[in-house]
Amino acid sequence: MVTVLQARTRGMTLMRMPLTVWGIFTATVMALLAFPALFVGAVMMLLDRLLGTSFFMPSLVEMGQHLQHSGGSPILFQHLFWFFGHPEVYIVALPAFGIVSDLISTHARRNIFGYRMMVWAIVAIGALSFVVWAHHMYVSGMNPYFGFFFATTTLIIAIPTAIKVYNWLLTLWHGDIHLTVPMLFALAFIVTFLNGGLTGLFLGNVVVDVPLSDTMFVVAHFHMVMGVAPIMVIFGGIYHWYPKITGRMLNEALGRFHFWVTFLGAYAVFFPMHYLGLLGMPRRYPEIGETSFVPDSAATLNAFISVAALAVGFAQMVFLFNLIWSLSRGRQAGGNPWNATTLEWQTPETPPGHGNWGKELPVVYRWAYDYSVPGAERDFVPQNQPPARRATWEAAP
Amino acid sequence: MSVILLFLAVLATIAGWWLSKQRLTAKPWLEEGAIGDFPGGGASALPAAKIGLGVFLAVAGSLLALFVSAYAMRMHMAQDWRPLPEPKLLWLNTGVLVVSSIALHRALLAARRGRMDGVMANLLAGGGSAVVFLAGQILAWRQMAASGYVPASNPADAFFYLITAVHGLHLLGGLVALARAIAKAWPGVATDQLRLSVELCAMYWHFLLLVWLGLFGMLLLT
Ligand code: HEM
Ligand SMILES: [Cu+2]
Repeated sequence: MVTVLQARTRGMTLMRMPLTVWGIFTATVMALLAFPALFVGAVMMLLDRLLGTSFFMPSLVEMGQHLQHSGGSPILFQHLFWFFGHPEVYIVALPAFGIVSDLISTHARRNIFGYRMMVWAIVAIGALSFVVWAHHMYVSGMNPYFGFFFATTTLIIAIPTAIKVYNWLLTLWHGDIHLTVPMLFALAFIVTFLNGGLTGLFLGNVVVDVPLSDTMFVVAHFHMVMGVAPIMVIFGGIYHWYPKITGRMLNEALGRFHFWVTFLGAYAVFFPMHYLGLLGMPRRYPEIGETSFVPDSAATLNAFISVAALAVGFAQMVFLFNLIWSLSRGRQAGGNPWNATTLEWQTPETPPGHGNWGKELPVVYRWAYDYSVPGAERDFVPQNQPPARRATWEAAP
Repeated sequence: MSVILLFLAVLATIAGWWLSKQRLTAKPWLEEGAIGDFPGGGASALPAAKIGLGVFLAVAGSLLALFVSAYAMRMHMAQDWRPLPEPKLLWLNTGVLVVSSIALHRALLAARRGRMDGVMANLLAGGGSAVVFLAGQILAWRQMAASGYVPASNPADAFFYLITAVHGLHLLGGLVALARAIAKAWPGVATDQLRLSVELCAMYWHFLLLVWLGLFGMLLLT
């Protein structure tokens, strides 16, 4: 965080930063403020166990014996945990939002649509995510007015989030889309995140959440939105930046195989869980036994999910192989294989030497998204290229 | 959770104020050229270490605010809260901590004027009184325990130990930084480095004093 505040190179104003950096920056601030809640909860739980305090432990009978605890409140733990827990989901999501913006812009050769709105949305989501935690506690017996309040804040967060999705789509619109492996993963992210965000809207409403809470529907929701979607971005990021880190490209064919099996496989795993949840199948149970509402066929669906998960797992072996194999056998990448504008692609050496830049730090003259600028000589203008050609492109029609 | 929300609201106000000076409404796609052409947006003139400490105080502050939130909530969650008699010793400890803070403030003033003897004496006084404070806190614990107030006896007692421990550990961490400042002051020359170190220590001490006054007040009132 202090790096972003104090160690930006000359010319790198906040509004010239790539969205990746904005996402990571905001997530860092959030992490610093959210993790203390987890810490407080953990310390107090530890004391309950070690010193016999009753912060969270109510009076309990265990194996016929009265434990010495009394009066503690598990709800208090839930408050502390989710005060950390909900910001945490956006700590995961915001860097992913940032990275995916940069992947899309680079691989569609188009400036990101609505950069300012993207920045504001990141900041707004970061702030709002601290006032929605109790949407995880609708069934804890809290005051119904609180439920109403938290449902409202929860649904308000959907607005900046939706703005981001629209802006990604508008960036793609009329873009010169290159379906490279990083781009495939970025597109998969958008679809998956949209899917998970929509089920979030269901769960954000108290009346819908009460029957769905603690069912497989919730598992489907958060695996789509926090599991699969960010992992798509992580993979996209690895395929995108691997050439800068190693100097070689990852194998394209293996990458495509990895993408399709992972993407379709993840849907085969998590999509059916929505249905299981609607049936009423509870989460966290190792075995549910006989119920009147879960048909036997649910077990068949679970078996199918397991098979799909194994296939996805196998595809990751292929990915690991690709990572290692390409280290020595991959195609030489050159310094800037994707013709990207941001600074990391302009380093004098690839992989970058110690300190990245040698003696002279780069100076930034423009924002991170000068793709397909009319009149420019190439379809991208690096951030550190001085504005010498201004006259020519201003003269262009 | 209202205490932590209030604290975060203060932080959000500061962050908002800072962001409002960062030209977030600039249209970067139109602003091509060297930095000098556009006002604002560079790094701040403050040393990075000072900003780092500010960030740390925000984090430590939210940690303590969360403990206070938990305290306030647990009080009313069951009928088992029995307020505890705070040992009189705590008043004395509070006085010692005030002295410690004053000493560090004087060290800072001396460092600004370049008077090295004053820096050294006050740093040592500040450190010494902080150690006395910690010893006093431990003594207070022992008095409490001797009269039967142990963590498991009542949530009020548990919070007393927990909160004083958290505050004490922060002070202990501060002592490490203070020891390093003293090491820097040892050669007897006033450097910018030293001034910065002393300033950071003083900032941190005042913060911990303020926090202690808040926590002590809370313990007394409830
Ligand atoms: C518009 C956006 C979203 C809304 C309205 C929303 C709403 C909800 C609600 C109401 C629940 C509680 C369900 C229950 O336990 O009954 C929930 C669970 C969860 N959400 Fe979201 N969510 C959204 C976005 C996200 C995002 C972006 C992430 C992560 C990147 C995420 C991660 C999770 C996780 C991990 C859980 C499960 C927690 C558990 O174990 O109980 N959600 N969501
Ligand atoms: Cu949440």
